[in-house]
This record gives sequence, C-alpha cells and structure tokens, in this order.
Amino acid sequence: MALKDKLHDLKMKYAGTKMSPVFNAFHTFLYAPNETTHSGSHIRGADDLKRTMNTVIMALVPCLIFGMFNAGYQHHLATGEINSVTGGFFSAEFWSSSNFWVGFAKVLPLVIVSYVVGLAVEMFFAAKNGHEVEEGYLVTGMLVPLIVPIDIPLWMLSVAVIFGVVLGKEVFGGTGMNILNPALLIRAFLFFAYPTWMSGDKVWVHGAVERTNEIAAGSNADAISGETLLGYYAKFGQELKYKAADGITEITTTYGDRANELYSIWDMFYGFIPGSVGETSTLLILIGALFLIFSKIGSWRIMLSAALGALAMGLIFNFVVDSGWITESSKFYGLMSTTYWHHLIIGGFAFGAVYMATDPVTASQTNKGKWIYGFLIGFISILIRVFNPAYPEGVMLAILLMNVFAPTIDHYVVQGNVKRRMKRLKAKTA
Amino acid sequence: MSKDIRIKKGLDIKLQGEAEKTLTNAVASNVYSLLPVDFHGITPKLIAKVGAKVKTGEPIFYNKEVDSMNFVSPISGEVIEVSRGEKRRITGIKIQAAKEQTYTEHGTFDLSSADAEKVKNHLLVSGCWPFIKQRPYDVIANPTKSPKAIFISGYASAPLTACYDFVLQGKEAELQAAVTALGKLTEGSVHVSVGAKSSNPLAGLNGIVLHKVSGPHPSGNVGTQIAKIDPINKGETIWTISPQDLVIIGELLLTGKFNAERIVAVGGSVVKNPKYYKTKIGAEVASMIYDAGVDSDNFRVISGNVLTGRAVKPDGFLGYYDNTVTLIPEGNDYELFGWNKPVFNKISNSRALTFSWLTPNKKYDLDTNTNGEHRAFVLTGKYEEVFPLDIYPMQLMKACMYGDLDEMEALGMYEVAPEDFALTEFVCVSKQPHQEIIRKGLDLMLKEIG
Repeated sequence: MALKDKLHDLKMKYAGTKMSPVFNAFHTFLYAPNETTHSGSHIRGADDLKRTMNTVIMALVPCLIFGMFNAGYQHHLATGEINSVTGGFFSAEFWSSSNFWVGFAKVLPLVIVSYVVGLAVEMFFAAKNGHEVEEGYLVTGMLVPLIVPIDIPLWMLSVAVIFGVVLGKEVFGGTGMNILNPALLIRAFLFFAYPTWMSGDKVWVHGAVERTNEIAAGSNADAISGETLLGYYAKFGQELKYKAADGITEITTTYGDRANELYSIWDMFYGFIPGSVGETSTLLILIGALFLIFSKIGSWRIMLSAALGALAMGLIFNFVVDSGWITESSKFYGLMSTTYWHHLIIGGFAFGAVYMATDPVTASQTNKGKWIYGFLIGFISILIRVFNPAYPEGVMLAILLMNVFAPTIDHYVVQGNVKRRMKRLKAKTA
Repeated sequence: MSKDIRIKKGLDIKLQGEAEKTLTNAVASNVYSLLPVDFHGITPKLIAKVGAKVKTGEPIFYNKEVDSMNFVSPISGEVIEVSRGEKRRITGIKIQAAKEQTYTEHGTFDLSSADAEKVKNHLLVSGCWPFIKQRPYDVIANPTKSPKAIFISGYASAPLTACYDFVLQGKEAELQAAVTALGKLTEGSVHVSVGAKSSNPLAGLNGIVLHKVSGPHPSGNVGTQIAKIDPINKGETIWTISPQDLVIIGELLLTGKFNAERIVAVGGSVVKNPKYYKTKIGAEVASMIYDAGVDSDNFRVISGNVLTGRAVKPDGFLGYYDNTVTLIPEGNDYELFGWNKPVFNKISNSRALTFSWLTPNKKYDLDTNTNGEHRAFVLTGKYEEVFPLDIYPMQLMKACMYGDLDEMEALGMYEVAPEDFALTEFVCVSKQPHQEIIRKGLDLMLKEIG
C-alpha cells in the first residue's frame, strides 16, 4: 500500500527529531504502529490507551448530541418560539432540526476550541520533552465543552484549557501523573476566574446574556431567564415575579413552586432542563454508564458508590427536614427538602459521577479504595450542593477534593495488605 | 496435608498450533550451546577452553560466587567457540557434537544412606544444581541456605507449553529418586501439584504433598501455588524445580549419568505440524522447527512459551530450562485504524469494541505486535483481574521503578518472580514492560539485601 509506505518513510525521516512525537501523534491515528514486543511477554492484548479513551468518547457522544438539541430547545423555549415538550423523550418539540442547528452552531466551536487548544499544548510539551503525545486529552477535550455554559466566550475557554492542561497535567509530568482531573480543573478555573459566566440565571440558555445586554442598551425586549433547577431550589421559598404568557399579567409565586410547575421529574430525567451543555440528560448518562461498565472501561464501583453516597446524604437531609429541625424560612430548606433521589437527576451529579469521578488517574487506584472514594464524592457533592448554594454544583468541588484525598485512601488500603503480610510473618516467627 | 488450589483470577490465552501428542526424535544437532543468559545472576568462570574435548556431563564453567557449582556439557564433543560481551563477560559457549557419546560417570547414588550435605554436593558437582531455583529473587538456589519447602508444579497452564502428563510418561522411577533426594534438602515438605483432571505420573510419588490445581493460567505457575499453599515471608526461602529437570536429576542418581534429554513441544500458529520432539538441552532449534515445518517467512522463534520465553534466531539454541519452542508471526506491520476498529481476531479482557468475550473457546493467531504504544500507567484495576496473588501489582511495580526497597519488601517483592507478571503485562493497556520492571527490582533487592 503506497500511503502506508510513504508514511513509514516519513516516520523514519522524523525519527529522533523534535517533530517526531507530533508526526507520530497523527500517524498513529491512521495506522496502529508496527511496534513489536522486545521483552517479557511476546504477545499483547488488543487494547491500548487510544482504544480505551475512544470508548469513553463513544459513551459521551449521545450526551454531546443531546446537548446540541437541548441548547436550541432551551433557546427557543425562552424566546417563546416553541412550547414545552409534551410527548416524553422523543417529543417533536425537542428533536427538531431548528433546535439542532442552533445548538450545533454553538457547541461545535466549543468542541473545536477545546481540542485544538488542548492538543496544541500537549503536542508542544511532547515535542519539548521528547515523549509521545499521550491520549489523556482525547477524553478531557470532549468533557470540557460538555461541562461549560453554552454561551461561554471562546477566548475564555481557551485560557481555561491552557491553564488546566499546563498546570493541571503537564507540570506533573503529563498523562498518568496528574493529581486533579484536568477537565474539572478547567471548569474550576472558569468558575473562580469568571464567576459571572458560570453561575446565575443568565448563562445557561443561549442568547440570555446577549438579551440582557440589549435591554441594558435600551431595548424593550423581554429578558431571557434560564435558571437551573439547582438555582430554583436554592431560592426555594423566595418570592418570584414573572410575566404570564400574555406578557402583561404579573404572577407572583415562589421559586420552588415555579420550578415544580416548569419541570416534571421526567423532564429532569430526560434532560429537558437548562444546565451545562452535556450534563442534563440523566437518561443518556445512564446509558453511557452502562456502556462503560459493560465494556469494562469505567469503574462500576465508583459510579455505584457515588450514587449511594448521594442518596445517603439526601436521606440525611430529608430526615432533618422531616424531623422539623429546620424551618421553611431557612435558606437551606429548599435543597434540603428535595426528595433524596431527585439529587441524582438534577444538576451535574450524574455526569460527574459517571464521566469525571471515574477518571482512573485521579481516582483511587485500589478496588476497595474506589468504594470509599466514590461514596465520599456522592456524599460531599450533596453536602456542598445544599450548604453552599452559591456554588451551583457541588459535584465539581467534591470530585476535586476527593482527587486530592484519593492517594491517602489508597495508602490506607495498601497498608491493609502490608499489615496482613507482616501479621503472617509474626505468626510464623512467634 | 493436601490442599487443592482453585483460582478464578487469571486468563487462559488460547492459541493456534498446539503440539500434537506424538513423539519424534529430533535430528541430531551439530552444535550445542550453553547460554549464561539462562542462568540469571551467575557470573561464569570458564573451565573448558576453546578446543577442549568434553564428555557429556563434564563441567564447562562454574559459578564465580560458588566454586563448587558446575555447569556441565549436555553433549560429548569439542568446545568450538566462547563468545564474550561487555567486560569480556561470557555470553555463549558452543560445543560441536562428537559422533561417539561418552558420559562422565558419577556412579549410582545411595539414596538411603545419604544426608542433605551429600545430596547437595552430588548435585553441585554433577551439574544438576542449576535446575533448582529459589524464591525470593527467582535465581539459581543458594546452596548455603535451607529452604522451608520445595515446590514442583506439574501443571503447565501457559499457552502452548509442553503437557507434563505426556512428557513425563514412564519416568516414575527417575521422578521418585529425585523427589526422595530433594526431600532430604528441606525440613519442610516437597509440594507437588498436578492438574485437577490429569493423569500425571507425579501424582503417584511417595514422600510428597500432592495438590490438585484448577482454574485459568497462572494456576500452573509455581508462584501462584506457593502463594496459595505456603507464602514466602521475609527471610524465608523456597526452592522450585520443573518436573522435566527432576527426570534428569533422577537419572543421574540412578545411573550416574547426566542425560540432558528433553522432550520439547514445538507449536505455534506458523508451525505446519506442531508436535513433540526428543532432543537435548542446548540443541539448535533448527533441528526441530524445519522438520515440523514453518508456514511463514516473517516469524519469531521463542525458546519457551509466548509469555515468558526468550526470542531466539532460527539458528539459535534451546534454552537450558525450556521444554517448549513456540513460533508465532512477527507483527511488524501497520494496521489501518487499528486503534478504533472492532477487533475480532485478538484477545482482550475488556469489551471496548473487542469481541474475544463472545468466543471464549476460539483459538487465536496472535502476532508479536504490541497493539499500541508504550504509555504511562493510566488504567487501574485491570491487572488485579488476572493476578491471583494477594499483592497490589501496580503499586509493587511502581515501587520497583523508583527503587524503594522498603516499599518493595512491604508490598510482597519476596513472593514474586517475573513470570507472575506475564499476564498483567499481556493485558496492560499502557504496554509497560512488567516482567522487565520486576526483574530489575529483584536484581536491585538481591544486590542491596541479598
């Protein structure tokens, strides 16, 4: 085959130069390399890191496509061009081409910027340090556009990606060496550097920010508000005034009631709610999770224990509310009184638990440790969610926190093994 | 007390080209070779110089550290070449076979009256000692130490290895003599394991503790069996011997002759007629593989099995401990979209568009391609699925890589040998050289702790 031979000649030409890792990064995407075993086992299993990462990306694609539709849907809903879905998951109001194209035009640039900037940084460091480009960013690059608000400016995303990849990963030595999940670090950077772009009721629906600016400039169009469910619940008892469908009558209600009126449980589960691009559809995340578990790529231990942890914390809060230890006037009442299992389907919890907590590098590396690590992520996510409603999502901070503690958990699990060995020795010599 | 061993964690790699159970006499090899690479950690001191005429069983070199440990010629003939590497280290000794075979006579050994010291000296002088290996460190046993037990695995679970049920047929007397002699070297037991459903002559021996083994590879690895029966603690030593080497020891004790005869399984997907050959240690592999027929012009010859063997050239030699020669295709070619297309013809323990889980009984034709490039350790929990020991494999390897002796010791380094990491190496997504990492770690420990 001519192409194969030409590329081989090119590879040989670049071998040993700074260009070599960059060329190989592209070459290996076309052809699996011709490397053979040199030591130890003469045969090797079929999986490599690229295949593994690719499997995670495949599990993310449904969320990405749903995110495109949802971006258009939320936009059109807010501008009043369409009505809410009525027909379940396959509602025609949602799966329309007009929804898709609006979302596609917004999400595709996010994906492209994320990959181009992130991979450029990776390749720069690979060329500089003379190692191959490792595949870690393939998944990170897909996660990033899915966990940011739809209207985030692209320059902001670029800055965050550079920050996340350089300080989150490369300074530790690249893929496999990092302590914090790079995708979440990118989101955390955005969150703390540009808080107005990452929280509130103006960023989750495409066009909301633009409209706010227009109004400030003197336009008399209606403001687009796209509060996330967590935002509603956080302000549960507060009074909310909004204009009815006729555009004149002013209705007064509370945030909690309004949320329940707007979104049903099924809406939350299907994902027809405002939020970061890809995090809303619990249904598709669940399908992705099953695919990851079936393909043995994602850790079911972490996913399951994270869900258990979240349920446990939710139950504790429900118990607090039921026991009357907290009154409705408390600012924590709304999220605390949320039915415990609803926590799994609102906010980014499901997305975080399935795709981010399971990052093998930053998670616990022992099977026992994974149970503890996952459980604490779920537990702390809901804790932060309830007690710190200013942060719209606790799962990001919970995972980052547990990333830091994962080595400690592993240490104690491994020490258990070491102690068993010492005990055996003692029994022998005694 | 007999204890049956049943393991669940592991992986049976089923390959094409299993040797048919028929025995052929291999063409007599012209040249035989002793390769110090087989005797890890030994510094050879040459006895027979180039031009020396040797009998079968006559010492060729001895161990620099233990003068009495001889390594003997598997054949009668003339030393024709001593090749040397860095610092004039001996890398190979070639012996041209003579037409007439003569043996160094050691006389029959009186087992009933012999004590441990006598057995030891007899084995050292006659060149049988190198067959005994020790854990920790997976090197030739140190004769000054006394092992807490001796392990013999009569169950070969690695892909395409010689079946002990077949190659040990009719060797009961030799096996019994060897086991009786070895029993004198330890205060503990001689543990012998056989497959749960096998008809292995080892099962009928006296003076042993018999274990029946079942489960996927590495159930036949002696390391797995030690871990399940009598794990090694710090300061303890266990000796291990492979059954075919027992036959050589037994024959020496009974007849006084060192007979380096071996029955070797020649198999692999590129072999036309995979079958068993009767040959001798150190023989040219060409004396067997071309008789069995090779169906390719781009293949690798492995002395040993595909997981732990050593690559040899087609004009190379059978390793000292090996009873298997495997020929598989070289995989030095590119594969279009190899990283993402569905895979049906390779083995994987994931299901990431790899479909070997659908056909658990299919026999595969695997080549030597790494199926990916070397990467940092990323995935976790994969090794544990194929690693039956109560050890954290990745943590132990990392300890080896940064050379932390305390941590290596605490994590169980005394219990492992490189071969125990062959399967983790096979499934490794990051294509790390596990066996090499462990070997280097063991060498470091041996040097620093001893």
